Amino acid sequence: MINLIWAGMIVLGVIVAAATGKPEAITQAAFQSAQAAVKYSLELAGIMSLWLGLMRIAEEAGLVAAVARIMRPLMRVLFPSVPLDHPAMGAMVMNMSANILGLGNAATPFGLKAMQELQAINPEKERASPAMCTFLAINTACITLMPTMVIGIRAAAGSTNPAEIVGTTFLATAAGMGVAVLADGILRKIYDRR
Amino acid sequence: MGSALHDVSAWAVPAFLLLIPVYAFFRRVRLYEAFIRGAEEGVGMAVRIMPYLLAMMMAVSIFRHGGAMGMLSRVLGPVFGAIGIPVELVPLALMRPFSGGGALGVTAEIIGAYGPDSLIGRMASTMQGSTDTTFFVLAVYFGSVGVKQYRYSLAVGLMADLTTFLASVYIVQAVFG
Repeated sequence: MINLIWAGMIVLGVIVAAATGKPEAITQAAFQSAQAAVKYSLELAGIMSLWLGLMRIAEEAGLVAAVARIMRPLMRVLFPSVPLDHPAMGAMVMNMSANILGLGNAATPFGLKAMQELQAINPEKERASPAMCTFLAINTACITLMPTMVIGIRAAAGSTNPAEIVGTTFLATAAGMGVAVLADGILRKIYDRR
Repeated sequence: MGSALHDVSAWAVPAFLLLIPVYAFFRRVRLYEAFIRGAEEGVGMAVRIMPYLLAMMMAVSIFRHGGAMGMLSRVLGPVFGAIGIPVELVPLALMRPFSGGGALGVTAEIIGAYGPDSLIGRMASTMQGSTDTTFFVLAVYFGSVGVKQYRYSLAVGLMADLTTFLASVYIVQAVFG
């Protein structure tokens, strides 16, 4: 699936550009995005090191385990296949908390860490485990209390009340997360039966 | 409500930076060594996901800058119109699952063209703030641990995206319309 989509984007992109006679747009897009990706991952290295360093301190102080304990009832329902004391639970809790607070920069390191921990207990390494699917469903559609970036853009564009979309965003994300959790549960059952 | 939340968000990071080390200090954690060990992990992860980021960003960029994204928006405009997404928002709805940066650009464009406090501007703001870039997250997260079969993840992500888009349109319509 990902193969088809990835190749499709490139092939269609090149064909359309060729048909409209602007091959140089493709050349520029390819080179610039490749450079941007490296720059982005290096920037990410900085932010990830910061958060994972801080998280290690919190872990060794027993803070992550404490937060995970508070969230335990919810996590047990969402991730029945993950042992309650597994480090994956802590990382997932941290990831979800960061997402809710609108701290996307902080959410990614915890998310990647969580995937690593989930992979450790995944019996088939090349195949997504049910817990991974649920985690990513929640990750791509997480309740957001604070869409920081958008508020910034609105303020820059001269809005009289940049933060007025906080309420609508909260409701829209709640709807999205509800559907994500529901669809994940239903599709998991369908796939398991195969 | 908006400003209280804004304060929470603004103080969250400084609070973490203060409270975690102070608490850990009293629990006799060797702060500096612990931080270094964690930070080491961060560098490794960022390097590991670089190829996945590059592949995804390149494909999206070619698709967009070659003009294919614009063409797709025009073709799919009527389809999105039928389920209630205004035609002005179609480029954003198409871009959002693929590229966070691209979608942010489209949002800025729409807000610039229609005004941040217009109905379309508010809808675009809500959409942009409401969902993450599904393809990107799946490719990078699964890629970082070597998972190749995504199973039903993509379907779930796209269903959630569609829900969020429709909810953004209807909720903004109901609240501000």
